[in-house]
Amino acid sequence: MSESKGPLCLSGKGVTKTFGVGLKAVTAVDGVDFEFRRGELVSIVGESGSGKTTLAKMLLGLISVSKGEIFFQGQPRDISTARKKREYWKGIQAIFQDPFSSFNVFNKIDTVLLDCINMRGGRRLPRQKKYQMMEEACSFVNLKFAELTNKYPFELSGGQMQRLMIARIFLLKPKILLADEPTSMIDACSRATILDMLLNLRNETGMTIIFITHDIGLAYYISDSVYIMEHGKFVESGTADQVILHPKAEYTRRLISDVPKIFEPWDLTTV
Amino acid sequence: MKNTIRQVFHSSKFLVGFVIFAFLLLMMLIYPLINPGDPLQMIGLGTFARPGTYVSVYDSVGTKPSTFNLPDADANRLAKILTAEDRVNMVNWFTAAGVDITGLDTQDTPAMLKLWKANYSSTVRPKGMTKAMRNYYERLNNAILSANSASKLTVSEPNADTGALEEKSEIAKSDYVNVSDVSNVKVLPLGTDNFGRDTLKELVSACGTSIRIGLIAGAIATLIGLLLGLLAGYLGGLVDDIVMFFTNIFTVIPSFVLLILISYSIGQEQRGAGTVALVIGFTSWVWTARSVRSQVMSLRNRDHVNLSKLSGHRLFRIITTDILPYIASYVVMAFILQISSAILAEAQLSLLGLGPKTTEIPTLGLMMNWAMLYSAHLNGSWWAYFPVILTIALISFSLNLMNTGLDQVFNPTLRD
Amino acid sequence: MGKTILEVKDLTTKYITRFHEDVYAVDHVSLKIEEGKSLGIAGESGCGKSTLALSLMGYYFPPLYYTSGEIILGGRNISGMDPDDVRKNVLGTEIAYIPQAAMNALNPTRRIIRFIEDVIRAHDPKMGRKEIFEMARDRFHELGLPPEVLDRHPVELSGGMKQRTVIAISTILKPKVLIADEPSSALDVTSQKMVIKMLKNLMEKEYIKGMIFITHELPLLYNVTDDIMVMYAGQIVENGTAKQMVFDPLHPYSKGLMGSIIVPEEGVRGHELTAIPGTPPNLKNPPAGCRFADRCKYVVPACRVHEIPMLCLGGDRCCRCGHSESTLREAYAHERK
Repeated sequence: MSESKGPLCLSGKGVTKTFGVGLKAVTAVDGVDFEFRRGELVSIVGESGSGKTTLAKMLLGLISVSKGEIFFQGQPRDISTARKKREYWKGIQAIFQDPFSSFNVFNKIDTVLLDCINMRGGRRLPRQKKYQMMEEACSFVNLKFAELTNKYPFELSGGQMQRLMIARIFLLKPKILLADEPTSMIDACSRATILDMLLNLRNETGMTIIFITHDIGLAYYISDSVYIMEHGKFVESGTADQVILHPKAEYTRRLISDVPKIFEPWDLTTV
Repeated sequence: MKNTIRQVFHSSKFLVGFVIFAFLLLMMLIYPLINPGDPLQMIGLGTFARPGTYVSVYDSVGTKPSTFNLPDADANRLAKILTAEDRVNMVNWFTAAGVDITGLDTQDTPAMLKLWKANYSSTVRPKGMTKAMRNYYERLNNAILSANSASKLTVSEPNADTGALEEKSEIAKSDYVNVSDVSNVKVLPLGTDNFGRDTLKELVSACGTSIRIGLIAGAIATLIGLLLGLLAGYLGGLVDDIVMFFTNIFTVIPSFVLLILISYSIGQEQRGAGTVALVIGFTSWVWTARSVRSQVMSLRNRDHVNLSKLSGHRLFRIITTDILPYIASYVVMAFILQISSAILAEAQLSLLGLGPKTTEIPTLGLMMNWAMLYSAHLNGSWWAYFPVILTIALISFSLNLMNTGLDQVFNPTLRD
Repeated sequence: MGKTILEVKDLTTKYITRFHEDVYAVDHVSLKIEEGKSLGIAGESGCGKSTLALSLMGYYFPPLYYTSGEIILGGRNISGMDPDDVRKNVLGTEIAYIPQAAMNALNPTRRIIRFIEDVIRAHDPKMGRKEIFEMARDRFHELGLPPEVLDRHPVELSGGMKQRTVIAISTILKPKVLIADEPSSALDVTSQKMVIKMLKNLMEKEYIKGMIFITHELPLLYNVTDDIMVMYAGQIVENGTAKQMVFDPLHPYSKGLMGSIIVPEEGVRGHELTAIPGTPPNLKNPPAGCRFADRCKYVVPACRVHEIPMLCLGGDRCCRCGHSESTLREAYAHERK
């Protein structure tokens, strides 16, 4: 597990999700255990069909847990009523894969950012202060707020929209950020920017970031610890160096060998 | 908002549809001011009267005439008597009676008349001619005789005391009366229907009633459909099951049969236009509910809805800002189509005799009903049914045009 | 130095928008492919690499129009050829093209063997069904695909298998050049590896003589192709061998691109990750001078004045930058300190 034993932020024991009943039941997530600590940047790596998106939705509280328990800051998580859910969601936020569908098509960019300020109790703040906060958030992600007012999010490029999502997170200040494949629809050259911004976010605010991806290279670059997921189970976990440079599980080894390398020769025979 | 309106009128299809519909609405509002009165008032004698201007003969006689000597007055008189059909019939009589007609030009009125006068006799009975035809020729002969007769007519009135006819005045062939001097002139652009009612007045009033029925029924149906579709689609689970249960019942029973049954059971006396509108509205919400539900179901799993939930927005806010705007265009289109189909449903009901009370206000369907019942189509009284059909078609057409022109307005990503 | 099988000289093609504006998506591109070699084309989305692939086939659909330049394939100039002629004599037999997400183009109601029959019959109507089947089976075996696939419908196959099948079908007539546009971007890593292995197989067994591989994933190019060419805003900005381009890029844009490579290897820890701010220019009104000037760290006023020509630095290495090689190397060395 993690070397720096900081306080627990989000953890789970035997978390399971089953869809359907009887013979047709499909187990998307099968008894996973995990411990994410405060300020940690954790990656969950899995191919499509591994159950990582289902796990993400359970962590976010968007779908229910079939078996097992999730703990928030050491205490069992209780999101049984709508009010408790909203309380939980003050502490956890998300960024999704497709920037185009993440924004309501009818809202302009200032509306989007103002909404974030309002939902964090800033409704009564003077206009000047709100403007200042929005500017600060935009400059954190290298966007110029003055150029964005009166525009719609879909007028920006994919990379810019994801950065705008990060600006939202900057304003919402959750304790945990769950990023579900935030760069898979972005060009390779813009990916580094987004990843660096996430790192900055963690460094400046101490946010726990759960980064879900299928690209083990990204996981290696950005994370402190890595969990490898296959068919609904965690097959390996540890620090990034441990898991990727000295993988123990067969699946992990295969994942790593299947990625094209540039510093070492890429072995094409093992396929 | 201003931008939206500009967008809306930018679309040519919408504009054309809007213009047609606005024209119909204007007619509905303005015509009753020009021609006030009860549209169901019977002014005719209970038969179809052709469209045209009707001048009171009694009043023209009494009006002071002016004298005109128009060169073609006689020719017009004769030509009016001998219609094309009459000429053909004359030739037939000549042939049947064995008259030599070589070199006869049927358009040469004086020649035709000369030949007729020379040869016609009511005692001649050509073979194969029915009595009706003989009566017809007799009438034709009388008309020809009277046309060519005296240069003036005399008007006589019976004496109040003796009862004998006394000469009152004379009417010369050159006497003309200005129509505006005549006290009673009635313009009937669409003639009268079988009851003797002014068809155009009736039509305008019926149009208004039908559109009103369409709007009320359409609004009710769309609102019910929208509400049920939203609840079933977004909340899912038990709510969805209950709503779908009711929807399925209404689907299985054909709405039209339901309409007939309810209309029938309400009874003729209770059925006003408003009631009919309610009935149509409450039975035709099914497909709107279905489609709204499926749209909402696909929307509720979208990323922006999930992010809205995560931001802490409440249910009502999510439905109104994240779901409704995305289905707004669809709902408006559904509304327009429902208006259209409600008007047609009412027409069908009235055609069956199950529409609003026939003695209060006319509707488009009722007018069609009467035209059919009284065989307007069989006796050539096109003005009794053709304008009605045209109006129904125009209403549907204009609404549908507006419908298709609204795409760009509702989806900001489609705008240039 | 092998025989040149495909040579492109100053190819320029444009799109005509509905407002009748010309967008030169491919602007004076020149390249050469020798027998037995493969070329990779890298660049961000919108740089014109897919348009270049379409243009290389000589098959133009409105709004894409050929403007000028030559495409010499096997000694014959195919640019400006009549489309019907191209379809009969060039496509499939001389050049094969696999567009992005080609696997979605398979008609789900037919068996794979029918597609192969279609392709072969279009060029050799006399071949019998049995013959075709045997030839296909052998070819599939050679390429590492299970022959049962021939009798299956596309829906029964996984993504990776479909893509490999499409590649096999399009090279069934042994074209000289294969142009693959992002053949593996929609697949998971394992399928991707299988596709790459198959492409290498095709080259080794000489079913194809040359290959153009287009992608924005640079580590792939490093492992698959011999030479790499970087495109930006419709122009080629640099080309060289794969090793040179990945570890010693000259042009500031290539440097930026290569600097954004992230691989799960220890070497990446020391590798400076760079990001290129801004977005590519609008090709309706390309800026005067260097098109990368607005996003370049090393820009000087002279860069924006006149068109930058392609400078060849010996050994097939070329770079389109206003600065000389030595100036650039000095600047990079300075940065590292």
